[in-house]
Amino acid sequence: MNKNIFKLQEANDLLADIRSSIPLTRREFLQGSAVLTGTLALGTSLAMVSPSRVWAAQMSVLDDKQARMLLRLTQVIFPHKDMPEAINALAVKDLDKSAEDKAIAESFREGLAALDANASGDWLGASADEQLKAVESITDTGLFAAVKGQCITSLYDNELAYKHFGYEGESFSKGGYLQRGFNDLSWLPDPPYVASPAPR
Amino acid sequence: MTTFDKDDSSVIVVIGTGAGGGTLCNELAQKGIRVVGLEAGAQQSMNSYVNDEWKSFGQLAWLDKRTTSGSWRVAKDFAGLPAWICKTVGGTTTHWAGASLRLKDYEFRAKTEYGDIDGANLLDWPITLSELEPYYSRAEYKMGVTRTHGIPGLPGNNNFKIMYEGAKKLGYRNCHTGRMSVNSRARQGRTKCLQLGFCFQGCKTGAKWSTLYTEIPAAEATGNFELRTQSHVSRIEHDSSGKVNAVVYFDADGNEQRQQARAVCVAGNSIETPRLLQMSDSSLYPDGLANSSGQVGRNYMRHMTGSVFAAFEDPVHFYRGTTMAGIITDEARNDTRRGFVGGYELETLALGLPFMAAFINPGSWGEEFGYFMDNYTRLAGMWLVGEDMPRESNRITLNTDETDQYGMPVPNVHYDDHDNDIAMRNHAYQQGEQVYEAAGAVRTIRTPPFPSTHNLGTCRMSEDRSKGVCNGWGQTHDVSNLFISDGSQFTTGGAENPTLTIVTLAIRQADYIARQMLTDAL
Repeated sequence: MNKNIFKLQEANDLLADIRSSIPLTRREFLQGSAVLTGTLALGTSLAMVSPSRVWAAQMSVLDDKQARMLLRLTQVIFPHKDMPEAINALAVKDLDKSAEDKAIAESFREGLAALDANASGDWLGASADEQLKAVESITDTGLFAAVKGQCITSLYDNELAYKHFGYEGESFSKGGYLQRGFNDLSWLPDPPYVASPAPR
Repeated sequence: MTTFDKDDSSVIVVIGTGAGGGTLCNELAQKGIRVVGLEAGAQQSMNSYVNDEWKSFGQLAWLDKRTTSGSWRVAKDFAGLPAWICKTVGGTTTHWAGASLRLKDYEFRAKTEYGDIDGANLLDWPITLSELEPYYSRAEYKMGVTRTHGIPGLPGNNNFKIMYEGAKKLGYRNCHTGRMSVNSRARQGRTKCLQLGFCFQGCKTGAKWSTLYTEIPAAEATGNFELRTQSHVSRIEHDSSGKVNAVVYFDADGNEQRQQARAVCVAGNSIETPRLLQMSDSSLYPDGLANSSGQVGRNYMRHMTGSVFAAFEDPVHFYRGTTMAGIITDEARNDTRRGFVGGYELETLALGLPFMAAFINPGSWGEEFGYFMDNYTRLAGMWLVGEDMPRESNRITLNTDETDQYGMPVPNVHYDDHDNDIAMRNHAYQQGEQVYEAAGAVRTIRTPPFPSTHNLGTCRMSEDRSKGVCNGWGQTHDVSNLFISDGSQFTTGGAENPTLTIVTLAIRQADYIARQMLTDAL
């Protein structure tokens, strides 16, 4: 599974796909199948930089329940404080794309059915604790491996995630950090000159 | 640009253009020796490098198929990517962080100093530190290593401030911004470091030394050097007397080419170098070239490595600035009271958000992973790098079940941690955690080894020809005009980042080759 994150040709394709899905536009409603939608919370770092607070992600293979279960699954496997669901939706969109492969789609169906079976038939409706327990019982499934592997790139290698987690990304065009805070930490004393000379 | 005829048997062929090969090409060309440099990868530039971790990885990394085996964790986490090294002009000097440390005197005598260690194949180097010192000095001048030759140290970034505070509180005495081949001020036509924070992605300002924009253009300017990019060597040939006389390679279009040679220097990094010797077997050399000792591919070393990351209450932004300009050297000593032989260094390390997710604890999920990612802007980080034990069974072999894009068997990389490696890693983890706790860390995490960047030892130097592949000049014991010119030569690994030593050995090897040519020995 982890090998997947090093198949760079694929990772690059994936990046292109993620980027092309942002911003999420109205044209995406035109096709059939499931659509995940949401609204960015006011005042968050993402809402401030997004052209629109409303987002939508069109699926091509997954049905509505599958898409919603997968979205929740990405949140249970990689829990984050206050992370906008729009970022998780990027991962679901990538999973939807991989489900165009029939064998993968079948493994998703089996894994999601196992989740429901382990949560009294309604995993989405279960409590957070029950949801986590059900996920712990399916860690040997293809679904779990696929979601975990996909999320490593889908959740953390995109502009929305950079903004959310506070990573500033590309720096060359801004002249690096020499004048932009590479040594701005002020809650500890500065090391002596001999250990850390002043910038020239 | 100079070009040489493929039938010109007067040229020296250097395979690889990284720290060893790139330096050797230039050193030879400066002496008036004609050199053809064959580089498997494509040409990039400061302009084409990208400040984007995954995109850069796709641009620079060696992604040809490889397999793994053994009990090391990398085989589980990154089964198809045992090493994080580069396939591009400049080799892994595009990706390296710039830490430039000399090996220590005792590290050249590992067998004598450490004694017999069960399950380790220790050996003293056939050369000493004092023999290397003048060459180390030349390498440091060439590379512009800070804190040598009057070159000032780099300014510490936020990540370093935390390391320094913890080191001081813990009682460490030797903590500074390192000896780095990263310009602290403009030097020799290259700018000072602008603190981009993308050292691993190819330095877009050229402040970090790389053969790509130093050694290689300098070699080209002599008129004695031809660089052939996207030239993937598949075989070294020899004449009936057993001397090598030609190199066969696939060009950019996949067509097989054959360059005649007066001598061949192999610098493909410690996986490809022994692989190439093994693929060059013949009726005269049934076990591969230069392998009468049976040691080709064995004693693969990759350094004891690991990382510690720590979350703090307040902002750090550790991804800003020179990635590895920070070091604690107090643990780089042989003191068996710690429960292991050899020593290790603690060096600052930061990853961007995408690589943090991929590497903080590969395969993990849940609360801990979420916590450290949520606290990304409040993290500090360090890399632990120390001497690992050479073992005969840790080795590069040809995996004939799998082939690469040219139909050649892929290399398999087998590695089992030695108990000494494990004891050292645990000690280093504990010390790293204590450094951060002393500086006020809220929570720390032990990150397992990344795919290997320091690949060493698979064609090691030895006094006794039955115990290694080459002599103290990198000249193979079996074939007098075949040289090992990269980290594969290392008899043992030492605790230090190896690039400075690789460059030093290349400068020294060039002098030796020139002398051999003058006396017609070569």
